[in-house]
Order: sequence, then structure tokens, then C-alpha cells
Amino acid sequence: MIVLLLAPLSGWAAEAGYRLDSSPHDPHDLISLQAGARTFVNYCLGCHGLESMRYGKLTDLGLTEAQIKDYLMFTADKVGEPIRTVMPRKESKSWFGVTPPDLSLAARARSADWLYTYLRAFYRDAKTVTGWNNAVFENVAMPHALWTLQGERAYDRESGKWTEIAKGIQSPPEYDATVRDLVNFLVYVGEPAATRRKVIGIVVLYVLAILFVFTYLLKKEYWKDVK
Amino acid sequence: MASRLWNWIDSRMPSIKEEWRKHAAEYYAPKNFNFWYFFGSLALLVLVIQIVSGIFLTMNYKPDANLAFGSVDYIMRDVPGGWIIRYIHSTGASAFFIVVYLHMFRAMLYGSHKEPRELVWIFGMLIYLTLMGEAFFGYLLPWGQMSYWGAQVIVNLFGTVPFIGPDLALWIRGDYVVSDATLNRFFALHVIAFPLVLLGLVVVHLLALHDVGSNNPDGVDIKKYQDASGRPLDGIPFHPYYTVKDLMGAVAFLAIFCFVMFFIPEVGGYFLEYNNFIPADPLKTPQHIAPVWYFTPYYSVLRAVPPLFHSQFPGVLAMGAAVLIPFFLPWLDRSPVRSIRYRGPYYKTALAVFVVAFLILGYLGTESTTVWGQFGFDAFFLDTKDRATWLARLCTVVYFLFFILMPWYTARDQVKPVPERVTH
Amino acid sequence: MNDQKKIDRTRRNLLVATSVVGGAASVGAATPFVVSMWPSERAKAAGAPVDVDLSRVGPGELAVIEWRGKPVWVLHRTKEMLDSLKAAEPKLTDPLSKASEQPPYATNEYRSLKPEIMVMEGVCTHLGCSPQLKSAEARAEMGADWPGGFYCPCHGSKFDYAGRVFRGAPAPTNLRVPPYTFVAEAGLVIGEDKETKGA
Repeated sequence: MIVLLLAPLSGWAAEAGYRLDSSPHDPHDLISLQAGARTFVNYCLGCHGLESMRYGKLTDLGLTEAQIKDYLMFTADKVGEPIRTVMPRKESKSWFGVTPPDLSLAARARSADWLYTYLRAFYRDAKTVTGWNNAVFENVAMPHALWTLQGERAYDRESGKWTEIAKGIQSPPEYDATVRDLVNFLVYVGEPAATRRKVIGIVVLYVLAILFVFTYLLKKEYWKDVK
Repeated sequence: MASRLWNWIDSRMPSIKEEWRKHAAEYYAPKNFNFWYFFGSLALLVLVIQIVSGIFLTMNYKPDANLAFGSVDYIMRDVPGGWIIRYIHSTGASAFFIVVYLHMFRAMLYGSHKEPRELVWIFGMLIYLTLMGEAFFGYLLPWGQMSYWGAQVIVNLFGTVPFIGPDLALWIRGDYVVSDATLNRFFALHVIAFPLVLLGLVVVHLLALHDVGSNNPDGVDIKKYQDASGRPLDGIPFHPYYTVKDLMGAVAFLAIFCFVMFFIPEVGGYFLEYNNFIPADPLKTPQHIAPVWYFTPYYSVLRAVPPLFHSQFPGVLAMGAAVLIPFFLPWLDRSPVRSIRYRGPYYKTALAVFVVAFLILGYLGTESTTVWGQFGFDAFFLDTKDRATWLARLCTVVYFLFFILMPWYTARDQVKPVPERVTH
Repeated sequence: MNDQKKIDRTRRNLLVATSVVGGAASVGAATPFVVSMWPSERAKAAGAPVDVDLSRVGPGELAVIEWRGKPVWVLHRTKEMLDSLKAAEPKLTDPLSKASEQPPYATNEYRSLKPEIMVMEGVCTHLGCSPQLKSAEARAEMGADWPGGFYCPCHGSKFDYAGRVFRGAPAPTNLRVPPYTFVAEAGLVIGEDKETKGA
């Protein structure tokens, strides 16, 4: 049974071919989530939408509607509107070869570990159209949107060795923290109800445990009749 | 005042009280039901759960290829409490099959398929088949990558039938590929047609059972020894004894159900597949398509059979045979004894091996055929070197032999004497 | 006999206790289903308050703003229009708006926060058609003593410049006034005021 449960996890690493790092994000860290939201609207929203998410829902992250309007709401007038990108769908397909996908469910489809590793695995590659490639997702159409933060690196697929070409604004630990916060935010966007779900689950299990005690006693009482 | 209202109703519709007596208050069930006997009432519970959660999902779901995927996300985010309802339905779908497989296994343990309950078994197998159809149609509705490609592959299987295949597949799809037309009709079948059929089959399944009376872990006929008023000595009225016991069982089941639903709703990708969080893309096939876990044993059988004369149809036939052969269980089983407690080593071994083979087939069906690598050696008759495929072939043979050889080994088995009255 | 009574009492107590806990659990289980039928975030966002730029509504002009799927009128009333309100009073069914629907700040003589800006739903209180603006100049079709106001083409109801219904009309009450508030610099928000913020 355990084997059956654990079996699909091997599929992730096997598919990627590149060892995935474990994402260190903390879903309860509101500051991290807010930082991730900021990184997203500044670096990702230009191409990628979060159309299933409404700006107003970001009050979950401990922000007020005024803060959302002032700092995050770049692509809508009303706070109840979805977080749309401004990148036109048809044109972007001809520019990049593929329309940049909406990321509302990216964390659920790919996993947090995949996103965390992917965003830190870009390298310079003169042979691609954008000049960028990615160790986790070979020949990806996406350029390194966060390159000013991370800097530029080279990667040798045969040896698996990384070399630094130019520094970015952030040091490697700072960049890792930025990506961690961004992944944290994307995981939240993937399922905003996740933390609430677990809290409700604990209450439900307690109630069912108590109910079980009573139904068990009831059964035992009636079954005294049966020899 | 309540009793006056009841008397008014009862005098005009005495069948309410009559049916209650016949099927609950005076339905005498054996007193030795054990753990395996919970799964019938649990199956009924899950059916109700799926219908109720399904109705509320239908209030917000849109069966249109452009809107379906978004409407599920709308339910998860924008509909108050929508995510709970969605998880109830997704967990319930898998729970249904777990409960039904365990329920069927109980029958094989205690001989509940044998005379005079063959019809109960037949109706049960029809429920199983209908349930598989219901799950298949339902799975297309979220319109994710797995939904789309899973449906595409399975409908194409019908296309392998000789002569009528391509037309049959076209007729099922309503289009040249799985499309909006397919989605809409699968929606109609999943929400209305098949649930009605399921409800009807469950009713006749229970009526057929109650007409002959329930079996028990000893396989003993409790009607043989009755008291002065004609009540079986080893029987107890279903109500209140089994209503109260099944209530307890239901609460325990719900606790497990809620644990999964609130803490691990995806179950590692088995209950909610990761690829299904990506909208369906007719131009891009995912690297690895697998059906949902409850279909994988049969999928393994399908893949294990090599093509014959460039046709995949033999595999399809084998898969169909694997699903249908259990129908014949009551006639293949020639044992004079019902319960495994009094059967000999042949049946016990055969059943154990069958279960292991079924589980292995199930696991292999979730993975690609290369999951365990290739054989090192080469031989001209090996059409494939995948180790997993050869294991699947072995298990397929075991699966069929369990049924095909059953008339032989059940007749020759060293059975033990069956007690006259129930033991425990 | 005593033992039997004790057994019965134990059973009844257990049944009651189980029913109480079971009942509570059932209410909890039913909650998400019942709650799911309330307006979703999408419906609430679509029904959100609407901003209006009053600098674009000149004196005597009528702006029609969509709010919650309904036409809401923003009428910039001139002095003549305001004077006509007094003249219309004897002919009205409900001059003090006692039976009509409006927020507390719209129960004054002008039925509005500020006399010159009238906000009301352009939905006839008879059967829901949208009436047309008929100024005082339209005496030829509306009659010699027409003070100016609105006329509903479906069944002939007439309303004055404060949305109050004239006697003899099939419409029973005055036009509804939605919650609204003014914001700095010629701004108006329909659908929101101090009490019903975001309601």
C-alpha cells in the first residue's frame, strides 16, 4: 500500500531528469507571501496572468484593499477584478512560439519543488532565440525574467557544472529567498483555501471522533441483546 | 399530534409501514456479520454523498469546452464553500471504488455469489459496470489534460473494433476528436442517465438480496433453523441492530474520508491527477497518460496483450474479457461449500494469488511500461524487452486462470465440514 | 422489570446524546452546501459599487449608469426642475415617500443628499420597464399641467423629477433610491454609503 502511495513521486524527478530541490516556503509566513506577490506583479504579470485570482482576495495575505490598489493592482480598475496580464494572447504565440500560460494552477500542476528549482536554473545559451535556457525545462521558450536579480550563469549539461558569468543585484541566498517567496505566493494562488482547509479538517475530525464514541457506545448497548 | 398525523398517512398508505417491516424492522439478518459486511451500507452512503455533492457542483459547473475548466476553478475559489464540495466529490469518486472492491471481495470470501444469490451477484456486477461508465464520463468533465487525453485514448479503443470501429468511435464522440460535443453528451450521461440507472440497479440489488436473505461469514443457511414464529434462530432484525452498527461504521468511514479530504485531497496524484490542473490542449499530449487508479488493472491487461495483425483489438478484447469474466463466478465456482473458512488450500491459495496479481496489475497500470527497465538479453520472439510488460502478462494470465481453472480446483478442493449453526 | 427500565433509560440517553452530536455534525456538513448558494465572488464583484464622474453631467442632463444589472439615473436638476417638485405635490400618490424604498437621507423634500443631484433607479415600480425623461416642454403629449418628469411607456405611469409617482398610475410607489455617497471632487459612488459599505 505504501509502495503504491509513494510510487507516483518518482515520476516527478524522473520526468525532469534534473534533481529537484525541496522548496523551503512556509505557507503561514504572510510577509513572505506579500513579498512574493510584489515580485510577481513586478516581474511576471507582464506576460503571465493569474486569471482565476481576484485582486481583492489578496487581503488573505494581510493586506488592506487600499494597499492592494496602491502597490499591486496594475492591470485592473476595481479590486474585485481578476489578475489579468496585458500580454496579448495571439501575438505572444508568434513572439515566443507559445502563449505564456496562466499561472493560477502552476503550483498544483508542477509542484512547488519544480517551480523553486526551475526559477533558479536558468543559464545563458547563445543557441536559443531568447539567449536563455533552463536546466529543468530544456529549450523553454521563457527568458530569465529575474535575471537582473540573479545575474547570469552558464551550465554544462554533460558535467552538470554551473559557472557564474555576471553577478546580479542579489546575492545567491537573497535570490533564493526571493524565489522562495514567489513560489510561496504561487502555491497560495494555486489553492487559496489550503490553510483554511486544514484548520476546518481538524475541527471535523474532532467532532467525528466524539460522534464515533457515542455511536460505538450505542452499538455496544443494543448488542448486549445479542448472544 | 405527530402520532395522529402518522395514523392519517398510515391508513392511506400502509405500504410505508409494510416495507419498513419487511426490509428493516423484521428483516432477519445473520447475527455474525463482521468487518467485511460494512461495505454494502458504505457503498450506499457514498452513492448519496456523490449525488448530493454532484447536484451542488452542477449548480456552478459549465459543460462547455471553453468554460468547463474555468468553472471548476470558479467553484474552487469564488463559490463560498465550493472547494469543500469539489473535494467531497473527487474523494467520493475514489472512495466509491475502494468500498465497492472491498464489497465484492467479501462476496468472494464468503461465497455470497453462490446459489441462491446468483442474481444478487449479477445485479452487483451490473452496478460495477455502470459505476465504471459513470466514472469514465465524469472524468472528462473537468476538461484537464488528463481528462481530455484519457477520454481520447479510451474512445479510440472502441475504434479498434473490426469493421464498425471507426464509425463507432465517431458516434460516441459526436465529432472527429474528443470535443465540446463529447463533453456535453458525457455531462448528460454522467449527471442524469447513469445515476438513474445506478439507483434502479441498487434497488433491485437490495430487493433480490432481501428475497433470499443475507449470507454470512460461515456460509451457513440461517433459515434452516427457525423458532416457533418462523424467525431464524441465528437471525436478528436488521433494525435496530444493524442500523446502529452501520451507523458506527459510517462514522468511522467518514472520519477516514474527511482525513483524506481535508489533509491530502490529491493523495499523491492518485485521487486528483497533477496533469489535470492544466487545461485540455488537443495539440499537446502529456508525456505519460494513465487512467485513474481504479481502472488501472484493466488498463494493464490491455497494454500487456501485443498487437495481432497490426490491430490493437485483441488487447481490447482481453480487457473486456477481464471486466466481464467475474459475471460467471457463480457458475465457475463448483465448491460445495460457501465460506472460505471451510474451503481447502486450493481456493485459499488461488484467491490470495489472484488478489496479488490484481494489485500488481493495478500498480503497473499507473506507470509507463518502461518503469522497471528492460531485460538485458535479446531473443527474437521478444516483441518487447520491458520487464513491466512481461510481469503484466504474467499477472494477466494468473488473473484469467483464477476464473478459467476454478471449476476444476473448487471441485477437487479438500473442504472442511460446515457447522449447522453460525459460529462467529 | 426494574432492570428493563434501566436498560431503556440507558438506551434513550445514548440515543439522545448520539442524536445531539449527530445533529450538530449534520448541520456542519450541510453548511457548505447551503452557503454555496449565496452570491459568489464573481457575482459580488459584478455587483460592486460604481464610480460616476459628476463633472460630465451638466445641468438638466440625465446620465444612465448600470449598477447590479439595473439602470440607475443620475439627474443634475436645474432650479426650475427643483421648483416643479412643490407644484407636483398635490398630484402625487406618496409625496412623503412613506411607502417607497429609499435610504434615510433620501426622505427629505428633494429625496436626495444634495438638491441638485438626484440618484434613483430607472425601473418602474409597476412591472419593471424603464421610463423615459419627459421635460416640462413636452406639454403637447403629456398634458397642459405637466410639471416635467418621467413617463413609463409600458402602462403609462408618470413620475416627477424626484421619482415620485403621480396618482392614477398603475405603479404603486415612488422610484427606488439606491445607497450612494459623494466623494471628493465631483465624484459619486452608487451602491455604497456609510452604512452599506460594499453591500
